[in-house]
Amino acid sequence: MTPAIADPARPVIRVEIAENEDIVMVRQHAREQSRRAGFSLLETTKLVTAASELARNTLEHGGGGHAELEVCTDGNRRGVRMRFVDEGPGIPDVDQAMRDGFTTGKGLGLGLGGSRRLVSELEIESAPGRGTRVTVVRWK
Amino acid sequence: MDRIPILRMGRTLLVTVQVDMHDQLAVRLLDDLTTMITKTRARGVLIDISALDIVDSFIGRMIADVAATSRILDAQTVVVGMQPAVAITLVELGMALPGVRTALDVERGMEMLDDPGDR
Repeated sequence: MTPAIADPARPVIRVEIAENEDIVMVRQHAREQSRRAGFSLLETTKLVTAASELARNTLEHGGGGHAELEVCTDGNRRGVRMRFVDEGPGIPDVDQAMRDGFTTGKGLGLGLGGSRRLVSELEIESAPGRGTRVTVVRWK
Repeated sequence: MDRIPILRMGRTLLVTVQVDMHDQLAVRLLDDLTTMITKTRARGVLIDISALDIVDSFIGRMIADVAATSRILDAQTVVVGMQPAVAITLVELGMALPGVRTALDVERGMEMLDDPGDR
């Protein structure tokens, strides 16, 4: 993953994810950060949709956690970085979890694999019993 | 309790989604629509999503469920007004909404529901 540098003038927004309505909050902040990064309508739509999928994963599979959203830069590039952190059971097989249609929850299993297609970079750090941290960046 | 209003126009039910729906609101809408179709003997359901700036896999599944459920109850569902950016994103996400009929706007959606040959 590209070492994106956080822009000091733009603070990290932290959103707690404990219930359903918090997913809506994450979407709102993702929309706001997209605007700050100067994203087009389509770029914003993709980022906000990925934020929604990943926040739901944090809630449903991780048992809740939090999200951090920030505008980041890399040289002349600008983007939005989002991190989703939970202390849940973790993902035993990350490759399997990335596959479309794989699900252990109530959903369609499009969350991780689908989100991957909507962002520029996606990284998962997880181990059984140690929670999950998903970091995505979408560059303009 | 939050609810999305369902309007009845003859034998058509009209739903205009104007808020950023949280998941439970979407589930409640599916329940309410199913009840209303049976109660009012509706033949058509028109869902206007022109105000939605995203449709994620959860809302997408709710839309597909409304369409499938209404079909079993002898009513047609037409989804109207999806923004182009939303459509592109939904397909990229992996949800092409097979089995869901769509129209560009409410007027064309109504025409679709009115035309018995098109059922």
